[in-house]
Amino acid sequence: MIIGYALDIAFFAIALALLLNVWRLLAGPTMMDRVLAADTMVINTIALIIVFGMRQETTQYFESALLFAMFGFTSTVAYCRFVLRGDIIE
Amino acid sequence: MSVTFEIIVSVLIVVGAAFTLIGSFGLIRLPDFMIRLHSPTKATTLGVGALLCASIMYFFNDQGLLSINELMITLFLFLTAPISAHFMARAHLHEHCRNPRQELPPLPEQGGWSIFEDNDSQAADQQSVSQQSTNL
Repeated sequence: MIIGYALDIAFFAIALALLLNVWRLLAGPTMMDRVLAADTMVINTIALIIVFGMRQETTQYFESALLFAMFGFTSTVAYCRFVLRGDIIE
Repeated sequence: MSVTFEIIVSVLIVVGAAFTLIGSFGLIRLPDFMIRLHSPTKATTLGVGALLCASIMYFFNDQGLLSINELMITLFLFLTAPISAHFMARAHLHEHCRNPRQELPPLPEQGGWSIFEDNDSQAADQQSVSQQSTNL
């Protein structure tokens, strides 16, 4: 009962956070700002998946959250490596 | 499900969502990239950690199983957030910092910043190493 209201608040807050991330992703002055915004969007999406799993009362979404975490980290490292070295796999 | 338990889980959910929102708001509000790097990597990670704690408690009470997946997500996020922040700071310095001696704060010990090829400090290190070897 109380958890339902808390989940509504969480949905609203995380959606607003994703909108702010999209703002930074579009407006960011440098390239690393956009990379940081994409990384934050991945973390916020993990939070959204967890909250959605609690709303649906199923644990099946945690595998997708784990996949999101792994691919987000890998893509951030790949972007930074591309900026640092000019190539991803040398 | 008892009322105290519901209140604990709800407070964890609301606190986690608030920290996530604060981290993303800092991404907009803060002035410089190196300052801006702090809010998503710390506040947002803490918010997702609180949400995962709430999820662990909720499913442990609801279905009586202690899922290992949330623990794995928490561990993975808390391990990878500092690494990705370090990578992004390195890439930013590589891209935008042209004069490291003027722009970066001075270092307390000998040796340069690890991203920049600082020939003087490398030479000094080699000298000290060779002095140590001759002393031995």
